Amino acid sequence: MTDTTQKAGGAEAKPSSNTGVKDAFAHIVQDLGKNGIFLALIAVVVLFAVLTDGILLRPQNISNLIVQNGYILILAIGMVLVIVAGHIDLSVGSVAAFVGAVSGVLIRDLGFEWWMAIFAGLLVGALVGAWQGFWIAYVGIPAFIVTLAGMLIFRGLALVVLGNSNIGSFPEGFRALGNGFLTDVFGKFDIDPFTLGIGVIAIVGLVIQQIRTRRGRQAYAQDVEPLVWFIAKMALVSAGILWIAWALASFKGIPITLIVLAVLVLIYGIVSNRSVFGRHIYAIGGNRHAAELSGVKTKQVDFFIFVNMGVLAALAGLVFTARLNLAGPKAGDGFELEAISAAFIGGAAVQGGVGTIAGAIIGGLIIGVLNNGMSILGIGIDWQQAVKGFVLLLAVAFDVFNKRRAGGR
Amino acid sequence: MTTNILEMRSITKTFPGVKALADVTLEVARGEIHAICGENGAGKSTLMKVLSGVYPIGTYDGDIVFENEVVQFKDIRDSEAVGVVIIHQELALSPYLSIAENIFLNNEVKGAFGLIDWNKANLEASKLLARVGLKENPTTKIMDIGVGKQQLVEIAKALSKRVKLLILDEPTAALNDEDSAHLLDLIIHLKEQGITSIIISHKLNEIKKIADSVTVIRDGKTIETIAKDDVTEERIIKDMVGRDLEHRYPDHTPHIGEEILRVENWTAHHPQDVTRVTVDNVNLNVRRGEIVGIAGLMGAGRTEFAMSLFGRSYGSRISGKVFKNGKEIKTRTVAEAIDNGLAYATEDRKQYGLNLIDDIKRNISAASLSKLVKLGLVDDNEEFKVANEYRKSMNIKSPTVLAKTGKLSGGNQQKVVLSKWMYSNPDVLILDEPTRGIDVGAKYEIYTIINKLASEGKGVIVISSELPELLGICDRIYALSEGRITGELPIAEANPESLIKLMTMEKPR
Repeated sequence: MTDTTQKAGGAEAKPSSNTGVKDAFAHIVQDLGKNGIFLALIAVVVLFAVLTDGILLRPQNISNLIVQNGYILILAIGMVLVIVAGHIDLSVGSVAAFVGAVSGVLIRDLGFEWWMAIFAGLLVGALVGAWQGFWIAYVGIPAFIVTLAGMLIFRGLALVVLGNSNIGSFPEGFRALGNGFLTDVFGKFDIDPFTLGIGVIAIVGLVIQQIRTRRGRQAYAQDVEPLVWFIAKMALVSAGILWIAWALASFKGIPITLIVLAVLVLIYGIVSNRSVFGRHIYAIGGNRHAAELSGVKTKQVDFFIFVNMGVLAALAGLVFTARLNLAGPKAGDGFELEAISAAFIGGAAVQGGVGTIAGAIIGGLIIGVLNNGMSILGIGIDWQQAVKGFVLLLAVAFDVFNKRRAGGR
Repeated sequence: MTTNILEMRSITKTFPGVKALADVTLEVARGEIHAICGENGAGKSTLMKVLSGVYPIGTYDGDIVFENEVVQFKDIRDSEAVGVVIIHQELALSPYLSIAENIFLNNEVKGAFGLIDWNKANLEASKLLARVGLKENPTTKIMDIGVGKQQLVEIAKALSKRVKLLILDEPTAALNDEDSAHLLDLIIHLKEQGITSIIISHKLNEIKKIADSVTVIRDGKTIETIAKDDVTEERIIKDMVGRDLEHRYPDHTPHIGEEILRVENWTAHHPQDVTRVTVDNVNLNVRRGEIVGIAGLMGAGRTEFAMSLFGRSYGSRISGKVFKNGKEIKTRTVAEAIDNGLAYATEDRKQYGLNLIDDIKRNISAASLSKLVKLGLVDDNEEFKVANEYRKSMNIKSPTVLAKTGKLSGGNQQKVVLSKWMYSNPDVLILDEPTRGIDVGAKYEIYTIINKLASEGKGVIVISSELPELLGICDRIYALSEGRITGELPIAEANPESLIKLMTMEKPR
């Protein structure tokens, strides 16, 4: 997953290709070091595949994994931007619950169509985000406090909206957001060609984009990795995508949740890497004062980061509610901790300024695999919680150790 | 066996990218007052940090011999244990704690059951305060006393550690004349009590007054040690600078055009204490191709002026008018100031000027992202190209623009800051202490860059605490004192005495 990380040139600024096995090896090791989190994901997958006697890798389970943990990834995308800018958002679980509840009431009591309810839910999320963003960016109260308050406020309001009961039986269109699949689009087959086709398109798209990026860098005489390694990485990743596509194709096809995730990753990857807004977020996180004095409108950026988080929290809430087909008072419990863990496992720094969308996704997947694998093994929720906490601690400790070794002080 | 209390032999210390100390030797005789002189970045503070254990054994080469024994300090506690105490330029006092609490920090006066005996502590503190001549209640909080008295608390703290060798880093930098004189007398008084002192200073008149010998350090090397009787200002300056004053600054033929910036009646108040005026009715102007200096003592209001002008980044109740090319402009936000062709390179580049965890190229583009936007997204490749061009033209010593700015030396960091502002294509640049903490070679490069900017028809305002620097590169110099412009001198009429007179002129009461 190197499309969202820039390569630092080695000590020699050689143009285009690297000659010599030693340089190649050094490059690979550096790459592995930077992509350590990806290796960790693979390691976790392998571990649980073995522990569960392969159940983890069954098509139905792969599908379940994505659908059940989609909400973590949606939240992690928003959370990593919040963390990079130097803030935190503790309210996302409560906001998710609140929006789920609101959407339920809109459908059941106000007769909203399912798509209207989804749209309204996102709007509510944006308003919540604006509310919190206002206090944080313009009044200047630390995000920790504002979102802690939000955690309490919106959990409470969710209960108020629900009137101390659950709301169930959402319309099918709504439920599709969390449970739906693009099944048998071309007709019934054992292994769905549509799904495989999408997988192939994804691979082709990724490879083309990586080649273009590589060529672009070569044209500007930037360092690129040895061709052999590049091809190897492309082959590995393509194999991975193809295998997942096959697994999904053998079950019910592409989950709607996955489509939502793919669109989000694409958009936010571009925004965080290439847009001015994204640059401003990293600038603020790296040195707020310097950013201000360079003309960055820091208050505006802060505000919109929280509006964005609000929308994504709402989306996560809607997806979760749709999947459970239930809006209840316990919804969203602990979401914020999983989202924050995902961002930090994925490499975000506590002081801000560091963190990537790709990292957050991988961090979220690690948590997802942990959730899924431990459930298959029948491990109780109590131990699951302890394990996840431990993994978070280890992941960040490893990251700190790595950075210190690489020449920090 | 020697009468030297301290010998530092062949001390070498390197940081990534720069050799801070190269084979430095220092010999301090027992009971003397030894001064260390050198320009900013010469290595004086680094040497003292090696001596005091801030840079522990293993991070430097060479030997420290204290009282005839080779010592290997792992941290400050080790050095304090043998009687070496350092008082840093930025005092290490905790503002919300009392004098006694600070004196005995990490050295607490314990009573029964290992708990702190505050009564005893306050009593001991009073005795120490008497020794340094400070009449204050030991329960007074540090933030409630002035910096001159805080300095004395630091010395009292050193005395409580039974100091044998006292190191003072720029002790009078933040003091007024009266407090400075008192402090110098105290140091002589301590000498009579047998305490050896090392003073880092570049106030030559002070050094002449109290030092028994002077060691000059330049570019990380010991130049020479001068005995008291041979100390002259010229000799020290020549050692410090390495070349005669005339050749420190590049030649510059000014081509000065029309007025490009005029500031009228600019006033700003302190951000917390809104009744206090920190910038008082400043009027100044800059012309195309002109290099204008602003001279002033610490606290005169120079940075406050510049920052309040640049997007109201400092201060409250700001008023005044700004004119560019004769037309009034507004600079209410930083973005507005930049759009109107202003640029401001901050005084503290690490805190306010750079994103140290980011690479060179992103720092260079930071104020000008809109120039790199294609189809709504930042063009990474173009950004790389631009950064590379600046890397070459500004001679930024780094193999690639992808290196993180935090790893660069001070001089190169400053070049990145200047590149950032040059890329924003301003008409007027305000440079606040542009050569602070930079070695002599890099300073020359920066002066050359400033000249180039002027020759391109831009107006340049240079704020600096170093009078020789202003005299060496400016065409005209304003003097600022207590927030007011007290004078304006064309370069032909400017000299240190006249400037200092203006810089120290007090407000009529």
